[in-house]
Amino acid sequence: MSTSTVSPPTQRRAPVVRRLDTTQLVYVALLAVIVVGTVLTAMSGRSFFSSGNIASVLTLTSTLGFVAIGQTLVILVGSLDLSVPYVISLASIVGGGVMNGEESMIVPGVLAALGVCAVVGLANGLVVTGLGVHGFIATLGMGLIISGYLASNYQGNYGSAPRSFQLVGITLFGPVPLSTLIMLGCAGVGVLMLNRTRLGHHIYAVGGGREVSRMSGVRTHTPVVAAHVLCSVLAGMAGLLLLSRTSVGSPTIGNQGGYDLMSIAAVVLGGTLLAGGRGSIVGTIGGVAIFAVIDNVMSVMEINSFLQDVVRGLVIVIAVAVYARRAIPRRATRFPDRATAVTIGDTP
Amino acid sequence: MSGIGTADAPATRRDALPEHHGSITRRFLGGLVTPGGAVFVLALVLFAAVVASNPAFGEPDRMVRFLARSAPIAIIAMGQYFVIVAGEFDLSMGAVIATQVVMAGNLIGQDDSRILPVLVAMLAVGVLVGLLNGMATTLLGVPSFIVTLGMMLALSGLVFYLTGGAATGNPTDNFRSIGRSGVEDVPVIDLLPYPLVILVVLAVFAVWLMRRPYGRTLIATGDNPSSAAVSGATVWWVKTRAFILSSMSSTVAGIILVGQAGVHPSVGQGYEFIAITAVVLGGVVLGGGRGWVLSAAAGAIALDLLFTLLNFREVPSTWRDTVQGVIIIAAVALSGRAWRSGNKLPRMLRRPEADPEPPIPPAVPPPATGSQSAGTP
Repeated sequence: MSTSTVSPPTQRRAPVVRRLDTTQLVYVALLAVIVVGTVLTAMSGRSFFSSGNIASVLTLTSTLGFVAIGQTLVILVGSLDLSVPYVISLASIVGGGVMNGEESMIVPGVLAALGVCAVVGLANGLVVTGLGVHGFIATLGMGLIISGYLASNYQGNYGSAPRSFQLVGITLFGPVPLSTLIMLGCAGVGVLMLNRTRLGHHIYAVGGGREVSRMSGVRTHTPVVAAHVLCSVLAGMAGLLLLSRTSVGSPTIGNQGGYDLMSIAAVVLGGTLLAGGRGSIVGTIGGVAIFAVIDNVMSVMEINSFLQDVVRGLVIVIAVAVYARRAIPRRATRFPDRATAVTIGDTP
Repeated sequence: MSGIGTADAPATRRDALPEHHGSITRRFLGGLVTPGGAVFVLALVLFAAVVASNPAFGEPDRMVRFLARSAPIAIIAMGQYFVIVAGEFDLSMGAVIATQVVMAGNLIGQDDSRILPVLVAMLAVGVLVGLLNGMATTLLGVPSFIVTLGMMLALSGLVFYLTGGAATGNPTDNFRSIGRSGVEDVPVIDLLPYPLVILVVLAVFAVWLMRRPYGRTLIATGDNPSSAAVSGATVWWVKTRAFILSSMSSTVAGIILVGQAGVHPSVGQGYEFIAITAVVLGGVVLGGGRGWVLSAAAGAIALDLLFTLLNFREVPSTWRDTVQGVIIIAAVALSGRAWRSGNKLPRMLRRPEADPEPPIPPAVPPPATGSQSAGTP
């Protein structure tokens, strides 16, 4: 109390946890989940850190990871994407159909699938920007449109992935699956894009305040459309990954995973503001990892799959409640000395 | 207005702004071009199309039975309206319906004397779910999308776990008759189904509630929570009550669905998105602050008419999703345009600009038709 140095009271009284920003807090939470998971796994007589188990955790992160990276971009720009499960199914159908078991058709298959997804994303983006429809409705409608198309034209599995394409889903480097590395690569590109390019800065700007950005001379339509296209393409990559794992295209595979709501939950769990403008891909990856660890521990403990849903639901709400009132990282702070003053008042 | 702050010239009644501009007809037509009014026109057009493809549908008893069948969706659409107009989402509706259906099926059994206590317990569960949703959203500051998503996962997981995912329990016929039968020997329509009675009672209640101070505060809160708080509204309690209303509406829909669909944990699946679609189709703005509660119910009925039309036209059921998707995107695109351009009449109906001042309207009581209320919220 009798210190002679004068520092702002907010800085001195804040406990350590308060001073962490959300991204750091996500990783603290991830660490806590891993510790608890290790203990629970050990109680079941297994080791959490066995290379087989680590590989299965990382495998769990890859599919949801792709979708969640894309969802982060869309949420950052102030929209939502509920069409991802259908885009995933569409990609697996188109990819499987074009490849049809031929080694030589892998590249055309991948390009065709991602191309179709990009078109869907473009349509989403144009409906949101051009027609002024809320992203929730635009993508819900687009999802329904694709769902009707898939249900009418594909009754069962369709097409197949050739042997070498199936390797993408099962190759391991030590305990690390190739698919996770590709996912992390996409995340890295996404982080660079958000922090280093004009498009990235515009995504934050438009998500933070569309009208203000417009009046500041930003073309507000471009980042929204770009985010939707990227999100659909990333969902398409998740679909191709599922194709390589299951080796056949399936019209319902995206729906079974519940990727729409779970990816949004992962993004929010990763500390991104649902209203847009604030958040990071790094946090999202942390959120995805938390889900993967929890899922893995629950399946090791052989918990009933319906009860797993209950646990997931509780974890989502409690985790988000813990840091709902905390500062959310923005882009690199430009005025460091005023940073605390700015962020402390920010509640979502 | 000139008298504010001075003692000698108090504001008189005549200084106040007139309550309405224009005649009843003009306001009625003005209401119809707003998204909230247009949905009634859409429902009528769809109805005409259904009757054109199947004339038998136009008979009163068929119509009444149709309305009774779509009552659960219309009821949850009104419930979802309260939450959406407050600027939030409720994704837990389907799971609440499943919970209530399974509760009724397993707790009532074949014992008539248990109907009342279980009914009370179901309503209590409904209130509790809404309270939890609302308090987690408002007091903990978790986005409602996440809170109700978590509630949906938790509740449906629990219900599926307890039932093993299969149909279990069969409540007594007296309880099921709430959804199945009705008041008999009514002239013209022969049978007045209870679901329709419940729907009408709830609709009247909802309209009454939205005209009460609570309804006005709810819309103000949805429009701008900060300014509502500064003006003295208890924002957390206003929003929490909206969540309670929403899960109560799911409870009522569940009670009806026990009779209409039976007891299965998957009853109600996907209803939350149907309700949101219906509300949005009714011209209610996502994000809050705009829309009329009966437009939400009309949106639900329009949606159901659309499905009926697709059925009669023998469109394969797999294409229903696609048509629904196109319709909701188109409807929201059009209504967004209408809200942005303001609540204005088409140019030909507007009074000429040269008209000096609007005549003071006669002292008409506010009509309870779609015209006035669709325009004012």
